[in-house]
Amino acid sequence: MTLMQGNEAIARGALDAGIRFFAGYPITPSTEIAEIMSEELPKVGGKFLQMEDEIGSLAAVIGASLAGVKAMTATSGPGFSLMQENLGYGYMTEVPCLVVNVMRGGPSTGLPTHPSQGDVMQARWGTHGDHPAVVLAPASVLDCYTLTVRAINLAERFRTPVILLPDEVVAHMREDVTLPEKIEVVDREKPHVPPEWYYPYDDSTTDVAPLAAFGTGFRFHITGLTHDRAGFATTVPAEIDRAVRNLKRKTDRFRSEIIQVERMYLADAEVVVSGYGICARSAEAAVEQARAQGYLAGFINLKTIWPFCFKLIERVADTAKAIVVPEMNLGQLVREFERAVCGRTQVVPINRVDGDAITPRQILDVIAQLARPGGGA
Amino acid sequence: MEKARELNPSELMHEYLRQKKKFPHVWCSGCGIGTTLGAVIRAIADCELDRDRVVLVSGIGCSSRMPTYVDFNTLHTTHGRPIAFATGIKLARPELEVMVITGDGDAAAIGGNHLIHACRRNINLTVVCINNSIYGMTGGQASPTTPQGKIATTARYGDFERAFDLCDLTAGAGAAFVARGAVYYARQLEKLVAQAIRKKGFAFVEVISQCPTYYGRFNKFKSPVEMLYWQRDNTVNVKASAKMKPEELEGKSLTGVLADREFPEFTALYDKLIADLAAGRK
Repeated sequence: MTLMQGNEAIARGALDAGIRFFAGYPITPSTEIAEIMSEELPKVGGKFLQMEDEIGSLAAVIGASLAGVKAMTATSGPGFSLMQENLGYGYMTEVPCLVVNVMRGGPSTGLPTHPSQGDVMQARWGTHGDHPAVVLAPASVLDCYTLTVRAINLAERFRTPVILLPDEVVAHMREDVTLPEKIEVVDREKPHVPPEWYYPYDDSTTDVAPLAAFGTGFRFHITGLTHDRAGFATTVPAEIDRAVRNLKRKTDRFRSEIIQVERMYLADAEVVVSGYGICARSAEAAVEQARAQGYLAGFINLKTIWPFCFKLIERVADTAKAIVVPEMNLGQLVREFERAVCGRTQVVPINRVDGDAITPRQILDVIAQLARPGGGA
Repeated sequence: MEKARELNPSELMHEYLRQKKKFPHVWCSGCGIGTTLGAVIRAIADCELDRDRVVLVSGIGCSSRMPTYVDFNTLHTTHGRPIAFATGIKLARPELEVMVITGDGDAAAIGGNHLIHACRRNINLTVVCINNSIYGMTGGQASPTTPQGKIATTARYGDFERAFDLCDLTAGAGAAFVARGAVYYARQLEKLVAQAIRKKGFAFVEVISQCPTYYGRFNKFKSPVEMLYWQRDNTVNVKASAKMKPEELEGKSLTGVLADREFPEFTALYDKLIADLAAGRK
């Protein structure tokens, strides 16, 4: 057992999952990750680079990944806004990498040292154009470790940028953790064909098109322009259609592999509280207290925010009287719940944007209003 | 690579072009980028680089289309960012020969910050910046190198702003190697690019080029050939300039190697750090 900070656990997880390149720019409340990586990476033969801004940081990360090295960056709101340009490039060119956005209060410079969950929709739709998004949200220091490993594995498996979205509380919280002794590490699929047959966007024989590294004899082309299977820009409607749809297809097809949720007491729950990040911790505590007081409360922790777990929420809507969604924003993910529920049950948001976390007490009060002790309508 | 040297100039070009895949190219007739492409290919052949290890990175604009056409590892990135992408590639795998092909708008406007910091960082990259004094791909808007008073589609009454001298800028920012060539002097350009490739450190080559379609038409050049003569008449070789009077050099651009200095190179420092840590020396 070790006392560890969330950001420290993210850095540890990244190193254990094989990250050997980090480029970043200092920004509160994510800076510890860069500081740790600058010290630890050269010890394992990896490279750390402090860039001139967040735009250049993600550019360098994508470049390193194309050179065959697992790469990541870490930032917070204002930096995450700057990264949207090259995040889109990463999606379009299908280059695996990890982007950690430790959420602080926004908009703009906002609250550098206070938590928020205001970037949930930005993480889904921040860059222009239709694109996939895989976004994971840790709720504990142990999650910071395991979900960082998972995010890197998903990036490698599906050849895409993956976003880890901790809030400031989780990133700066210290907890006793026992890290897993063994972890699964996934490496991207390499080409199975000789260089002259290699097309960087040909996924006809594999789940995801294999990615060769620069300098290994394949001499391929990568562009952020809409491209054909060979990687060259195209304006042929059928090829454009295939390229755009293919990006989405990956995360749609493997949705069940990507989505991870934690659930408790759902079988007989009248009121289900569903949160992510630090709100999931408050929700869990509130639900335990509610159960102790005789309320039929249930709990869902969304470790994967995007893609959203529509099927689970649809099922919950069949049995629960209400779904409570606590968020440290003015109601972002709650819209997805409303879409899934389609008016069949009540969706009750709890929102807080004053720079403090939502407490178990706040949630418990809402449960008490919605459920009857001992259950029954 | 010996084979490449025996080829005639045309065969040499075809040896390195993706000629079956990606032609015709996007450039207008009379454009200077094709001549620069030739110089870059001849320089790479002259340096006997293993083409599997050559990475060409570019941003957005006419000049940045160049990597599409050549048979290397090629990366066409976002506007202004190629040096940042190239920095990641080079640091991740220092054994690769990483070159950046960029333009005046890409390198000095939107990418200006990356450019000066790469100079300061002194990472072993070769940047070839094709300066045609205008945004060609978007239709002739003013760029940071449009001369004061000249016409562009966003400077209909003449540009108010002074132009950047890209060589002064990069030399001032600490680039280890700075050179200026011109499309008119194609053979000199090839030698400058080869010298830049051989330099162990950040090397910047500005190429004075012509955009007859926009800059030329707007600013009363009758033909691309007239623009090439302008290059001839408005440049002075840096060696010849030493013997010239200041008034003779007024308004002229110096060509040749303008800075060649030794600074510790970033990837070498980093590799040494890794070795020192592994050996317990730090």
